[in-house]
This record gives sequence, structure tokens and C-alpha cells, in this order.
Amino acid sequence: MKAALSYRLVIRALPWLTIGLLSLPVLSGLAGALAPAFGWLPALGGEQLSLAPWRELARAPGLGEMLRLSLVSGLGSAAISLAVVLLFLGSFLQSPVYRRLQGWLAPLLAVPHAAAAIGLAFLLAPSGWVMRILSPWLTSLDYPPDFAFPGDSRGLALILGLVIKEVPFLLLMSLAALVQCRADARMTVARSLGYPPLTAFLKTVMPGLYPLLRLPVYAVIAFATSNVEVAMILGPTTPSTLAVAVVGWLHDPDLTTRFMASAGALLQLLATLAALLGWWLMERLVVRLSRGWWQDGRRHCGERGWALVARWAMRLVLGLMLLALAGLALWSVAGYWPFPQSLPWPPTLANWQDAADGLLSPVAQSLAVALGATLLSLVLVLGSLEAETLRRRPLRPGAQLILYLPLLVPSVAFLFGLVMLQAQLGQQPGLLAVILGHAVFVLPYLFLSLAESYRRLDPRWAQQARSLGAGPWRVFMGVRLPMLLAPILTAAAVGFAVSIGQYLPTLLLGAGRVETVTTEAVSLASGGDRRLTAIHALLQLALPALGFVVALLLPRLLFRRRRGLLLSH
Amino acid sequence: MATLHLDNVQIHQGQQSLLSLDTTIAPGEIVTVMGPSGVGKSTLLAYIAGFLSPAFQASGQVRLDDTRLDTLPAEQRHLGLLFQDPLLFPHLDVEGNLAFGMRRDGSRAERRERIRTALASVGLEAFARRDPDTLSGGQKARVALLRVLLSAPQAILLDEPFSRLDATLRDEIRQWVFERVRDHHLPTLMVTHDEADARAAGGRILTLSAA
Repeated sequence: MKAALSYRLVIRALPWLTIGLLSLPVLSGLAGALAPAFGWLPALGGEQLSLAPWRELARAPGLGEMLRLSLVSGLGSAAISLAVVLLFLGSFLQSPVYRRLQGWLAPLLAVPHAAAAIGLAFLLAPSGWVMRILSPWLTSLDYPPDFAFPGDSRGLALILGLVIKEVPFLLLMSLAALVQCRADARMTVARSLGYPPLTAFLKTVMPGLYPLLRLPVYAVIAFATSNVEVAMILGPTTPSTLAVAVVGWLHDPDLTTRFMASAGALLQLLATLAALLGWWLMERLVVRLSRGWWQDGRRHCGERGWALVARWAMRLVLGLMLLALAGLALWSVAGYWPFPQSLPWPPTLANWQDAADGLLSPVAQSLAVALGATLLSLVLVLGSLEAETLRRRPLRPGAQLILYLPLLVPSVAFLFGLVMLQAQLGQQPGLLAVILGHAVFVLPYLFLSLAESYRRLDPRWAQQARSLGAGPWRVFMGVRLPMLLAPILTAAAVGFAVSIGQYLPTLLLGAGRVETVTTEAVSLASGGDRRLTAIHALLQLALPALGFVVALLLPRLLFRRRRGLLLSH
Repeated sequence: MATLHLDNVQIHQGQQSLLSLDTTIAPGEIVTVMGPSGVGKSTLLAYIAGFLSPAFQASGQVRLDDTRLDTLPAEQRHLGLLFQDPLLFPHLDVEGNLAFGMRRDGSRAERRERIRTALASVGLEAFARRDPDTLSGGQKARVALLRVLLSAPQAILLDEPFSRLDATLRDEIRQWVFERVRDHHLPTLMVTHDEADARAAGGRILTLSAA
């Protein structure tokens, strides 16, 4: 009886801790940015409320352009990514192309934003790999041409960098949603009634799919309008996007700039909310306009052309990503590599040898933070999913929203507020704060990766175990955990990859005391050393890859003589 | 061995009454509950075993002699539950599956010895370290029943236990299961929609009809 009581207490407490970890940092962070934005921060001598920070912000040079850049790159990249994903799914959902793509998605998603952005910058820059391959035979150039990339003033490089990361994310989120809305059955019915694939998809699957995809799409918009590291690497500099400017103001040696920076962080929140509102209004409009089209019986919508567009857009996105990563590998072994040569010859390990000593500390710190954040998130997620079995019903829609809260509120806004709170409360920044900060972002992904497998496990397994006399702890530890080991490790690898890729929480909450491969890579990217930058970006890839290898091999090793377990996943 | 009492058991879903049952099952007796699918046969077993979904409400009592069961958590009822699938834990070997349900009395060596004897009694002594997934359907069914019997249950609940077996195996396993529960003097409640199961059990047949 005692064991059952402790089980109930622990399992009932964990969902509340989860909700706390997801919502408290966000809410207190926003509150922490709100007070200084109106002049109140006693630690820095601000003791009365005023609108001065906002007046100062309004006078910041290029503010309008910053806002425009954030909104255009954010909404533009989200719209392009969603269009590519939907056209692709519509054209190829029931074809082998789609099945071939599925295996690529999780590894592509594990590529940190910063590594993808650095790779893309090195690929498409005037002296980048693409130009080298095309010169001089096609372009007849012996010197790098003169165009601005990355950092073009219209933000096209930034949009491209966001798109190549958002497309795999939206595709991966669609996988589960497509099953849930019974897309295959809908397609089959529509196609048997004479609709070609894309029209069948847009008219019958989309109305069921989009509501399930809405939160991931909003998360994409929130990220794209407010992210810092991709905009720092690929975005324009004078002016930069608003989020980059806010981080710059925060690090201004003149501490009074922080009041204005707080106002800027809140303006970022408002800008992202405005983007989401604008998108939502467009959704309404599209639904209203397409109602008639759904049932007008027309069988065609130019699907041949669109299928071609979708196929090439998807090839471009995946190709750019793979070439960008391959280019990083080349730069890391490049010695002297003058312009039009397409390969660095001979390759050298000197860059790696020179960098080796400096890599130990960032790798160790990355591992410490990622393992800590993943472990903490895993305990909370397992507890929350176990609590669902206790209550025998899945998450309510409200709880689903809390899960997405850290992905919907611009992280620069609430992390900024947390830094202000740290300053006000005299809390020391450091490893623990960074681990907690990472966990806020790791937990949602870990939950989303694991929930399906956990909920699908046949409840009769637990019933069989309990009727054999096993108490609830033993059912959890002795039946559910081992049976779900493979999906649990995969979800942990996803969480681990998310943590390795985090830039802003490490930078802000660690206050320079915690340096990971990601913070190093981003700060190197603005310098001139492509070789050292590439090495750090490659480590950003290698660590998550290591996580996925462990997640793949460990169950195979432990359960090598347990066919039933290996086949079921 | 004790007698299983179902005193005025009634199961409702909201306002709607699903089924009601009032009977006693003596040691070694096999009572069959029949009815078409959807009538709530499995819900009845779930209630007795302690897994009734919160969507349902139940009244009445389940007793073993004078011990009231329906207020106890599932793992303390000591009712051996056999589903239509053998549900051998895929992460444990055959021996591990059998050991899972045994009470921790006696030394480890003694428990192993009991497992070996039990496996030998069904001609599976060479299978102790085998992956359950490599067993045939009939072997899995035998191991599943051994696991229940070794957990020293006070009564047995059978939920369509033979419906997934091949026709050729079904008779053989059925006879074997019924012999075992009679040998162990266990009160047994079986729900099924298969007339042949009911005939083979040879005991009382209660028919549930849609309420």
C-alpha cells in the first residue's frame, strides 16, 4: 500500500512540475522584461515608472527597418516552408518519393540552426563553394564576385537559411498529423472519385490536416520572427533584425541601455504576436475563400506544374542542406585554398590539431548542459505520460498549449527578462541556470517525440502485470520502461540534439561563463576564420549524431535476443 | 481453495445499465459467460480484475469467501487473468516471464527449481532462456497459463482465451487449460462468444443479452 501511495504522489506531482518548468520561466521572464521597460529596475538605479525607455527605443536608428526585416523574413520563410511542404505532400503523399524522404527527416531536424546557417553562408558566399565550382569555366571569374551574401540588405539569405530548417520540421510534424487525420483514407476516396493527388490533398486532406499542424506552424512563425543566431550569421547588419539588436543592446557596456533593451524585448514580443495575428487572419480568409472551391467538383488545379515545383523545391532545400554540411567538412580540412579551386588540395588535419586543445572545454560544457537538460526533461516527460495512464485520458488542449508556450513566446523576450531578474535578485548566472533554461526548450520536443509511442502501448501489458501481482512502480519500471526503451532513447536523442543546438539560453543565462560548441561557433562565424568556424559547426553536428547512434544501437545490443521488442518499433 | 462470489454486480455507463450478474463459482468450477460482442463481457472481467475504465460505474461486491476484492487494488486481488493474446513480456526470456508473477518467497534457487518443474510438466524445459517471440502459438499459450498458475492465483479469469489459436491447436490447449484449473481447484470465470468453448468447459453457462 505504501508503494502505491508513493507512486501516486510522485506521478501526480510530475505533471505539475512539468507545467511549472514550461510556464514559470516564460511568465516570470516576461514580467522581468516588463518592469525595466517602464523604467523600474532598482539594481540599476531605476526606481520610478516612466516611458523613457520606449521614447529612447523609438529614437533608435533603423528601428522601422529592423521590424520590417523581422516580420518579412519570419512570415516569408514560414509561408515558403509551409507551401513547399504542402505542395510536396499533396503531390507525393502516396508515392515512394515520400516514403524515401521520411528516413531523412529526424537527422535533418537534429542539425542545429547555427551549423546549417554557417554551412549555407560558406556555400553561397561570393568565395563560397558554389562559386568555386562554377568558376572560372562558367562565370569566367578569377576573383570572387562582388555581391552581398550572407547579409544582403533584403534578408534573402536569412529567409533561405530559415526555410532549409523549417521544411524538415514541418514535414516531421505532418507525419503524425497525417496519420491522425486519416489522410490515406481521404486521399483514396477522393482519388477514386477522379481527383488527381494534389487536388485530392488540397480539397480533402488539408481541412483535416491544417488544424493539427497549426501549433507547429505558429511555433515556426514565432521562431522565424525572433531568432537570433540565424539572423546573426545570415541576416543583414545595418540594421539587423530586431532580435539581434536587442541582444546587442543587452551587451552594451553602458548599463542604462538595458532599459531600452527591455522595451525592445517587449516590442519583439508584440511584433511576433502581430505576425501570428496576421497569419491567423490570413487563415480565416483562405478558409472562407476555399469553402466553395472544396465542393465545386473541379478536378484539376494545375497539379502537373505544382508537382514539378514541389519536387524541385524539395530537392533544392535538401540539396542546399547537404551541400552546406559537406562544405563545412571541406573547410575544416582546408589548408591554402585559393579562389577558383573547387577542392582544397591537399587536405590537412592541421586545423583540427591546432583547434583540439580549445575544443575540450566547449565540448565538455555542451555535454554537461545537454545531458543535464535531457535527463531533467526525460524524468518530467515520463512522469507526465505515466500520469495520463493513471487518469486514463490524454492531455487536454490547454495543456497542449502550455507545451508549446516556450516555442510560441519569442525566447529573446522572456530570456531577456530572466537575465533582468537574475540581476535584480542577485542570482549567479552559471551552469545550473543554463541547464534549466535549455530544459524549457528540450522538454516540448522530447514530449512530442515520445507521446505517441507511450500512448500506443497496449494497456493490457500493464493489466497483465498487475494481475500477476506487480504494483504500480514495478509495472512502470519493469514493464513500461523496458518495453519503451527504444522510443525513449530516440526521444532523449532528439532532446539532446535540441540542447546542443541552443544558442540564446546559453549566451544569456550563462552570462559568458558557459561556452558550448554552439556559442563558440556563432561567435566565430562573425570573424574571418572559416576553418575554425567549420570545425565548431561540425562538432555541433557530431554531438547530436552521437546521441542518435547510441539511441539506435543500445536497444539492439540489450535486446539482441528479444525479437518481439525490436520488430515492434 | 476459496469460492468466488459475485454479489449483485451491476455495471452502468452513465444512465444506461450495461449488465447485471449474481452468482457464485465453487473451487474447480468453470462458469462461462456468453453473449454477442459489445454486450460488455470484457467490461465485466475488467471490473472483477480491477481495471474498470472510469467511463463505467459498478455496484455490488466481488468476494473470495469473506475477503472483499472490489475495494482492493488490482495487484492485491490475486486473480489470474488470461487474455486472448499470450502477452509474454517481450523484454524478458521465458524464465523471466514466469518469475515475474511469482511471489518472492523461498530462495532464488527454489524459485528457479519451481520454474523448471513447471516448464518440464509441459515439455518446455529446454525453453527457459528462450526469447518468447521465437515460441510457437501453442507454446506461448502454455507459457502464459504457467505464468498465471505460478503466481498462485485464488481464481482464474479467461477473456476469450482461445480465439486467437489455430483451429487444430484450439481443442488441445482448451482441454489442457481446463484440466489445469480443475487440478488446482480454482474457481474460473470465462467470457467467450464461441459455443465450442462453453461446451468444452462443461460447466454452467450464463448468457448476457443487450440490456
